[in-house]
Amino acid sequence: MTLSFYVHIPYCIKRCGYCDFNTYTPSELQDGATLEIVSSDYIDAVLQELAAAPTDPVPTIFFGGGTPSLLPAHDLGRVITAIKARNSLTPDCEITLEANPDSVTAEKLAEYLQVGFNRISFGMQSAKPHVLAVLDRTHNPVNVEKAITMARAAGFKSISVDLIYGTPGESLEDWRETVENALSLDIDHISAYALIVETGTKLAAQIKRGDLTMPNDDLMADMYLLVDQMCEAKGLTWYELSNWSKPGHQCRHNIAYWENKNWWGLGPGAHSHIDAKRFWNVKHPTTYKQKVFAGETPILDCEQLTAEQIKDESILLGIRMREGLQIELLEPHQLEVLALYRDNGFIELQADRVILSPAGRLIADRIVREITI
Amino acid sequence: MPAISLAKAPQPAATNPAQIRNFCIIAHIDHGKSTLADRMLGITEVVEARNMRAQYLDRMDIERERGITIKSQAVRLPWRSSIDGQEYILNMIDTPGHVDFTYEVSRSLAACEGAVLLVDCAQGIEAQTLANLYLAMENNLTIIPVLNKIDLPNAQPEKFAAELAKLIGCQPEDCLRVSGKTGDGVADLLDQIVAQIPAPVGDANAPARALIFDSVYDSYRGVVTYVRVVDGHLSPREQIQMFSTGVRHEALEVGVISPEPLASKGLGVGEVGYLITGVKDVRQSRVGDTITTYNNPTKSALSGYKDPKPMVFSGLFPLDGADFPILREALDKLQLNDAALVYEPESSAALGFGFRCGFLGLLHMEIVRERLEREHKLNLISTAPNVVYNVTMDDGKEVRVTNPSEFPDGKVAAVFEPIVKSTILAPAEFIGTIMELCQDRRGTLLGMDYISEDRVEIRYDLPLAEIVFDFFDQLKSRTKGYASLDYEEKGDAEGNLVKVDILLQGEAVDAFSAIVHRDKAYAYGVMMTGKLRELIPRQQFEVPIQAAIGARIIARESIRAIRKDVLAKCYGGDISRKRKLLEKQKEGKKRMKMVGRVEVPQEAFVAALATDADIEKVKAARKAGQ
Repeated sequence: MTLSFYVHIPYCIKRCGYCDFNTYTPSELQDGATLEIVSSDYIDAVLQELAAAPTDPVPTIFFGGGTPSLLPAHDLGRVITAIKARNSLTPDCEITLEANPDSVTAEKLAEYLQVGFNRISFGMQSAKPHVLAVLDRTHNPVNVEKAITMARAAGFKSISVDLIYGTPGESLEDWRETVENALSLDIDHISAYALIVETGTKLAAQIKRGDLTMPNDDLMADMYLLVDQMCEAKGLTWYELSNWSKPGHQCRHNIAYWENKNWWGLGPGAHSHIDAKRFWNVKHPTTYKQKVFAGETPILDCEQLTAEQIKDESILLGIRMREGLQIELLEPHQLEVLALYRDNGFIELQADRVILSPAGRLIADRIVREITI
Repeated sequence: MPAISLAKAPQPAATNPAQIRNFCIIAHIDHGKSTLADRMLGITEVVEARNMRAQYLDRMDIERERGITIKSQAVRLPWRSSIDGQEYILNMIDTPGHVDFTYEVSRSLAACEGAVLLVDCAQGIEAQTLANLYLAMENNLTIIPVLNKIDLPNAQPEKFAAELAKLIGCQPEDCLRVSGKTGDGVADLLDQIVAQIPAPVGDANAPARALIFDSVYDSYRGVVTYVRVVDGHLSPREQIQMFSTGVRHEALEVGVISPEPLASKGLGVGEVGYLITGVKDVRQSRVGDTITTYNNPTKSALSGYKDPKPMVFSGLFPLDGADFPILREALDKLQLNDAALVYEPESSAALGFGFRCGFLGLLHMEIVRERLEREHKLNLISTAPNVVYNVTMDDGKEVRVTNPSEFPDGKVAAVFEPIVKSTILAPAEFIGTIMELCQDRRGTLLGMDYISEDRVEIRYDLPLAEIVFDFFDQLKSRTKGYASLDYEEKGDAEGNLVKVDILLQGEAVDAFSAIVHRDKAYAYGVMMTGKLRELIPRQQFEVPIQAAIGARIIARESIRAIRKDVLAKCYGGDISRKRKLLEKQKEGKKRMKMVGRVEVPQEAFVAALATDADIEKVKAARKAGQ
């Protein structure tokens, strides 16, 4: 067995209006403390939590957030070194850093590389300033290209960008320009996500007040089909519903999630999956630190999956992948339901697999509902 | 005080009819009848001050909350007249005050010799009060006009005294003025009841004849039957007989209400009281029937007995299909107390198992539903109410249709629908808007009269189906709430009626069929197809929605195929969240109904068929279930 690690960095300079992730600005947490103090302290806690994890060899580590690139390389490096020392890393171990294009410099990038990172994912979101403004993103679109050039020059072998579509006020044409712009960069991988309005966010309030209007599902669908088409044309093929890559550049860490491998999440609010068990940590960084430093477990709750739940998960995760679902795992009545979807062009039934068409990917949840219920 | 203690007052079964006065109070909701009744209970001292509570005679929560009387009551009030100093027994019969219960009102009136016409002198007389007044006048009751709420700052006693005087043919100064709230004028009113209303007349030696004017089921004592003795005498332990059915019972207990039940040695001529026979079902003791004795039965019944006839039908379905047996039990139980309620099991493709229920009218329907929900903790969906149609086929066959889905498919020669004679009272400024509404609802103007300078009585024949369909709400909103409505049955008339079917993907959905006037079929079709387009979620293929009369399509909409139903992100904690959502949706899926290949959520049916209140309830139930 292997064990992947997710390391949560719950800090951002500023919270974006659409974001409901477990992240805080340093000033929200500790009055007057410098980022260096907060960072060092936090990594101490993460290392303490690490002691509870299994010791299997590690094929992937993913630093997500928040904004991991906000923290100094030597702090993040302490985590990599510790994992390496107690678990060992596989020879091809993929170590990803999520980065804000504004918060990197050539110097910093070289340091990240030096402490062990080999893959970097930039939060680009859009190439259009008016779209970024609605999302509350502070970066200058021009910085994305600079950051990518610097990352490549520093020696990152795999570079990805995250995009968001369906932002209020974004037209299909805006989106086309964003995707075109992203594909013109020296990248190996694209993740494109439909904007989700999460309750409790500033964006949700703006929509509720009527200041902003979400695009309708038809436009969202057209946007998805467009990015799929444009990526494929550039040699980035889809391997999961929202992810496209050049050959050999799939994110192996995320594939571990979708293939239900074992993975451990370090940090507040992080989830873990070990065998048939899912568990997750307390959400707030302060509580998390208190618990860990007091020698208590930060785990808030856990669930033991039943055979039916495991099966449901493998269907809902598997169907999102390019390999699709194995027909032999499906029951006759499920295949009957799927036959209707095939007739309507949503899926392709191959000899041994069920694979979603682009239109089918857009209604994947519905199809999962129909075959699992 | 002219009150007499109960012990010293003339006793039941031993009261000279000349000392008895039987009266009722005719009033509209809100005009203060219950408050006046409370005041009478207080002033005659049958209820001690410390035991007094508001709306003393209204027993059910629902009556108190809605300020209406569903079942009548009869209270025996001893009173010494300050005019002649003599002792009297006043029987106050509280009547239900709504159009749905006209028949029950008429029986209550038949038990009296006089009526207090109680009118709020800030509002004036209302249509239903007027209808009941006419009913009382037809029954030759002595009418005592009374203006209530004279303590209100906006009272207009002169104006409404003139109105009442004109209606009943008296002088404005003959109208008494009271305040149920302060008690002003109430003692005088009791004296006037004694002075003006004639004493009951009957033959004490003739075979017993007593009129049933109400029948109430009590879970401890069985059916309590309220009677007015006309001739002869009823005694406890005696064998009594129902005239209409010939069924014999033993009178286990006979008594009077004062205002708690008080067993007595019997009831004599002119007296009002109750009897208990141990029967468990009010249908065995029907309002309007005549009670006589088994050993010495009368040969002639008191006139006016009618079987209650349901006028409005609606399907009642439990929100949770598992509650069906509870609904059945609840209806069985409710019917013990409500002879007018009829029901039979019904199954709907859309709503599952339920009952098609027949009611006297809309209020009756609402009350039944509310009692089912409240007293039996049920969550119900009711379908849009409809009337009864009689369809004659080309081959002469006749079909009675209480549910639009039963409308026959073959060659229809004629369709008959119930017509009502309606009376609307309103300020004169609304004549135009009211006539417009009635005209639009296929009304025929019968006449119009000014009942005072600025108030009119407008009479129309209207199809009951039009009234059942939001007429009252429309009338209220178009007249700023000033208009009041009353109606009575006037038999059936042929109408140019058709059944409109609603088809989903070419398949008719029975729950959405409606019988409408041919001129309105198109509007109904457009409205319903449009509504469903909004309510039915998009499917994996395009779904046509059509409205049709027979094979002819009159309206069409379509639901476009679904394009997007997926969450883009699925990492770490998203996985549990997604699986939990799926598990919840599995529950929701149970509430999806398949119509052919189209998946329709139950909410869509509810929203298309039911009232706004239903929709709110469904939403609340969903929320609570989440």
